[in-house]
Amino acid sequence: MKRAVAGSSLPDIPESVRVVVLEVTGRLKDLPGALLPVLHGIQDALGYVPEVAVPLIAREMNLSRADVHGVISFYHYFRQQPAGKHVIHLCRAESCQAMGAVTLEKHVKQRLGVDFHETTQDGRYTLEPVYCLGNCACSPAMMVDGELKGRVTPERFDAWLAAEVS
Amino acid sequence: MLSIVEIDLGTPKSTSSTMVSLDIDGRRIEVPEGTSVMRAAAQAGISIPKLCATEMLDAFGSCRLCLVEIEGRKGYPASCTTPVSEGMKVATQTPKLADIRRGVMELYISDHPLDCLTCPANGHCELQDMAGVVGLRDVRYGYEGANHVKPKQLDGTANPLFAAKDESNPYFTFDPSKCIACSRCVRACDEVQGTFALTIQGRGFESKVSASQNNRFLDSECVSCGACVQACPTATLSEKSLIDKGQAEHSVVTTCAYCGVGCSFRAEMKGQEIVRMVPNMDGHANHGHSCVKGRFAIGYATHPDRITTPMIRAKISDPWRVVSWEEAIGHVASEFKRLQATYGKHSIGGITSSRCTNEETYLVQKLVRAGFGNNNVDTCARVCHSPTGYGLKATLGESAGTQDFDSIRSTDVVLVIGANPTDAHPVFGSQMKQRLRAGARLIVVDPRRIDLVRTPHIKADYHLRLRPGTNVALLDTLAHVIVTEGLVDEEFVARRCEPEAFAKWRAFVSQEKYSPEAMESVTGVPADLVRGAARLYATGGNGAIYYGLGVTEHAQGSTSVMAIANLAMATGNIGREGVGVNPLRGQNNVQGSCDMGSFPHEFPGYRHVSDTTVRHSFEQAWGVPLLSEPGLRIPNMFEAALDGSFKGLYIEGEDIAQSDPDTQHVTAALTSMECIVVQDLFLNETAKFAHVFLPGSSFLEKDGTFTNAERRMSMVRKVMEPKGGYADWEITQLLAQAMGYPMNYTHASQILDEIAELTPTFHGVSFDKIEQLGSVQWPCNDEHPEGTPVMHVDEFVRGKGRFMLTEYVATTEKVSAEHPLILTTGRILSQYNVGAQTRRTANVMWHDEDRLEIHPHDAEERGIVDNDWVGIVSRAGETVLRAVVSERMQPGVVYTTFHFPGSGANVITTENSDWATNCPEYKVTAVQVTRVSQPSEWQKRYRAFTEAQEALLEQSAKPA
Repeated sequence: MKRAVAGSSLPDIPESVRVVVLEVTGRLKDLPGALLPVLHGIQDALGYVPEVAVPLIAREMNLSRADVHGVISFYHYFRQQPAGKHVIHLCRAESCQAMGAVTLEKHVKQRLGVDFHETTQDGRYTLEPVYCLGNCACSPAMMVDGELKGRVTPERFDAWLAAEVS
Repeated sequence: MLSIVEIDLGTPKSTSSTMVSLDIDGRRIEVPEGTSVMRAAAQAGISIPKLCATEMLDAFGSCRLCLVEIEGRKGYPASCTTPVSEGMKVATQTPKLADIRRGVMELYISDHPLDCLTCPANGHCELQDMAGVVGLRDVRYGYEGANHVKPKQLDGTANPLFAAKDESNPYFTFDPSKCIACSRCVRACDEVQGTFALTIQGRGFESKVSASQNNRFLDSECVSCGACVQACPTATLSEKSLIDKGQAEHSVVTTCAYCGVGCSFRAEMKGQEIVRMVPNMDGHANHGHSCVKGRFAIGYATHPDRITTPMIRAKISDPWRVVSWEEAIGHVASEFKRLQATYGKHSIGGITSSRCTNEETYLVQKLVRAGFGNNNVDTCARVCHSPTGYGLKATLGESAGTQDFDSIRSTDVVLVIGANPTDAHPVFGSQMKQRLRAGARLIVVDPRRIDLVRTPHIKADYHLRLRPGTNVALLDTLAHVIVTEGLVDEEFVARRCEPEAFAKWRAFVSQEKYSPEAMESVTGVPADLVRGAARLYATGGNGAIYYGLGVTEHAQGSTSVMAIANLAMATGNIGREGVGVNPLRGQNNVQGSCDMGSFPHEFPGYRHVSDTTVRHSFEQAWGVPLLSEPGLRIPNMFEAALDGSFKGLYIEGEDIAQSDPDTQHVTAALTSMECIVVQDLFLNETAKFAHVFLPGSSFLEKDGTFTNAERRMSMVRKVMEPKGGYADWEITQLLAQAMGYPMNYTHASQILDEIAELTPTFHGVSFDKIEQLGSVQWPCNDEHPEGTPVMHVDEFVRGKGRFMLTEYVATTEKVSAEHPLILTTGRILSQYNVGAQTRRTANVMWHDEDRLEIHPHDAEERGIVDNDWVGIVSRAGETVLRAVVSERMQPGVVYTTFHFPGSGANVITTENSDWATNCPEYKVTAVQVTRVSQPSEWQKRYRAFTEAQEALLEQSAKPA
C-alpha cells in the first residue's frame, strides 16, 4: 500500500534512463496500445528496459507498475538487464531444427562459452533463443543486432565471428 | 476463499430485460439475455465445474474445466464465456466432457502440493472440490519434473520455479506454491478494487502472480482490500486468521462499523470467535467488496485495551475505582440529579454517537429530552456534516443525499468536491473508479492532488485546484458559466423549482464578480478550466456531485452545500438515476444519528422542536412535557461549561477531546465540569477527563441498525456477548431508569418500532422489514413500502426546489506574515477518524504517525526535508510532526491527518465555524511551519497527562 509517508514521488533513477523514458513516452504514449511501442523504443535506446524505469513508465502511461511489469516479463524479447555489445538470436523453430539448428546451437554455445540468456565474459555477445524469425526458406536462421542471416552453418558462423573480431 | 455460505454463480448477473430460453441437460431454462451458459445452469441448480470463474469477475475462460457441448456447435466451448441464445441445447455432462475435465484437472494437480489435510483451505477449497467433482483418481505425470511446489530439485539444487511464502501483509499470506494461475486475484484487483497492483509475471509454465514488480505485497501498491484473498479458489491467498483458526462453522450478516459506505459483511464465526469477515455479495452498498478496515481491522473489538468494567472517581486526578454496574449507574444518576438541583435543569446534557446504532442514538436523545428535561443533545455530525443537513433541507427539503450508490452506474460526469473517496470511502471509491474506467468523465475540485486526479487507468478531465476556503467562490463561478452561457435546464427549473428564487439566483450568479475570470485571483483556478468544467457538468449527460468534508468543514460550509444543490437543480441533474447530490458521510452511522434526532433543535426525522404538533406527538408517546426551545450545541456546551453553567455530560462513543477543534479550549471546558460520563470501548482522550467510565459494546456485541450515506438502513447483529455485560442501549436504559424516567425495552427492535411509529419517514421500517429486504433506504412508509433509492423524483420533498443565494464571504482565517501557510486536514485509507479502533490493529503498519505534507517549494524555503521534525503554529496552538515533502500539495498549503492523539492536529485548528451550524472550520487554519528539534509544549504536557492517566487506570486494575 502506498504509505502516507512515501508521498507520490518516484524513486531516483539515472538521468540517462529518465531522459529516454520521458522522450519515448512523450512521443508514443497517445498511440492506441502504446505500451509495446514504448517498451520497444526504450529497449532500442538503452539496450534493455531497466527495472528502475518501470515506475516512471507506469506513471507516464497512467498504468500501474504491475501492468508494465506483466508485459515486460511476458515478452522474452524485452530484456531487464543490459545485454552484451551484440545480441545474437538463434532460431530454434521447426524449420531451422529440421535444417540443423540443434548442431548449430551446440556449436555457437561452445564457441562463445555461454548458454542461452548469457553474455560472453568480454561483454561482446549475448546469446538468445528465438522461436521463428520467419526466415524458414533459408533455415537455419540467426539474427545479430536486428540483422537477419540465413543458411547459417557452424562454419559460416565461425567465419562471421572471425570477421567481426578482426 | 469465498464465503462459506454463498453460492457463486460463476459470472456476473445480466441486467437485460429481454429473456432468452434454452435447454440445459434437458431442462428448459429462461434467463436474461447476456447471461452466460454457466450462470444459466447454476441458476437452475446445475453446477458446471469451474476454477477461474466467479460472479464477482467478468468471464475469463482460462481454466478449461467448464467446457460444455452445445448442439450444432463444434468443439467444447467454455460455458463461462458463452452467452445463452434462444433455443440453445446444452449438455454439461457427457463422457467426452468428463474425460477432458479429468485430463485438465490431472495437469493442475501434477503441479500442486498434496497437503490437503493440513492446508488452510481444507474444507472449502475449490480445487479440491473440483478434483472430487471430475473424479480425479490418478496423476500420471508424477511429481518429479518441473514444478512450483518443491523448494529443491531432485539433484538438491534450488528450484528456480519455486517462490517462498510472502507473509509481509499483516492480514493475509501469499503462497505461490499453491497457485493455479487462474488470475482471479489479478482480475479482482483490477476489476473490483481498481488498484492494478497485481499481474501475471512471465508466461507459460513460468507464470506467477506478482505484486507490482515481483515485490512483497507490503511493498507493492496493494491497498490490502482483500478482494484477491476472497477471489482465490485455493489457499494461495489466505487470511492469517483463517490459517490460525480453521474453517468457520457459521456465518452472520452484519454491517461494518467504519465509514459511511456501510458495507454488508458476513461475520464467519466459530462460536463467539470471528474467523474472518467476508463482504456480502448480496450487500446493496458494497456488492461483495470491502476495504482494509472493514475486512481486516476488527482486532480492536477484542483488544486487551478494552475496558470491560464500570469505573468511577471523584476527581480526574484520582485513581479509577472499579465498581459494579449498580453503583456506577446509581452514581451517575445521583450526580446528574445533584447538578440539576444545584445549577438548574439545563446544566447537563448528552452527546450521541455516530458509531452506535440508530436505536442507541435515539435512546440517548430520548433520555436527554425526556429524562433530563432539556434539549441539550448533540452529536459528532456537528463537526462533519451538519451543513449538509442544513443546506439540503433548505434547498431540496430533506437533509440527506439524493441517490443510492448504484446510481453512479448511470452517471456520465462525476463531479467530486472536497472528498477523497479512494481513501475515506474506499469501497464506493472503487465503484466510482469502475464507472470512470467504463468511460464516465471526471471533475475533481480539491486543493490537493488526490489519487482520483491521476491513478492507474483513471485521469480527471479537470482538476480545479482551488485555494482552501474558496469553495463558495468556485461553485459560484461554475454557476456563473452555466447561467451566462445558456446551459441551464430551463424546462426542469420551470417545472420543478420556485420561479422567484430562481430568478433572484440567476441574477445573483450572473454578476460579473462571479465570472471565472474575476474570481481567478481568489480561487487560484484558471478561468478556462472553470469554464470547461462547468460546460462538461452541464452538458455531459447525467451529472452527479459527490462531496465530503472538504465542503462542509468551512466557515461557509452550509453555503457551499446550498451552492451544490443550486448547481444540480439548475442543470436538471436531480430526481433520477445517475445524477444527484451525494454527501459522502464520514462515520458509519452519521446519517442515522442525524435522522434519530441527535441535534438540539430537532426531533427524529428533522422536525424542529418548536413544531407544536410534532412535539405533542412525542410528549404523548413519552409521557412527559418537552421543551420547545433548542438546547445547546457541542460548542455551546463548551462555552457554557467555561461560564460555569454546564456541569454534567453523558458522552456515548465519541472522543471530543481529540476530534473537536481547538483542543486546549475543549480540554479547558472538560476540566471545568463536575460529572463527565464516558461510555466507550477504550479509555479514550475524553475519558482521561471523565469521572465515570461505562464500558460500551462494539458493533459485534449488539443488535440494531446503521444508516449509511445513501439512507440505507442495514442490520447490525450480535455475534458475541458484550464484553462489559450490556449493549449500549441497555446502559442508556439503566441510566434513564435510575434518573426516574421509565424505559423498558427488552429488545432493540422495540426501539425501532417506536421510532417508526413517531417518524413519518420511517413508518414502514422494522427489523422484520430490513431482514426481509436485506436493507431499506428511507423514506420507507405507506407511499414507499420498499424504501426510496432515488429521492425528489417527481417533486422535491419540500415541493418546489428553492435556489438559495450564496454570497462568497472570505473566511476570517487569513494568511499573514506570521502565519503564511494554510493547513488543511483529512484522512488516510488505513486509519479511521480518531484512530481509537484502527490504531489498535495492524493497520499501523501503513500509517503509524500523522505527518505534515508540504510542497517542495515551501519545504525548500524553510530548509525542510523528508522526516524532519517541524513545528506547526497557528493562533490557537502549536504542535510538532514529521514532514513529508509532497507534490500532491499546492504551494502555500500544508496537510495532515488527525488519527493519533499525540499529533495534536486539533491543537492547531481554531474556533472558527460554519455560520449556520457551527461545523468547525477544520479545513482552513493559517499556520507557520519551521524546523524544530523537540515536541511542542502542548505535546509535552499531553504526554505527561497521558502517562498520569494511564497510571491511574493501572491502579484501578489492581485489586483493592
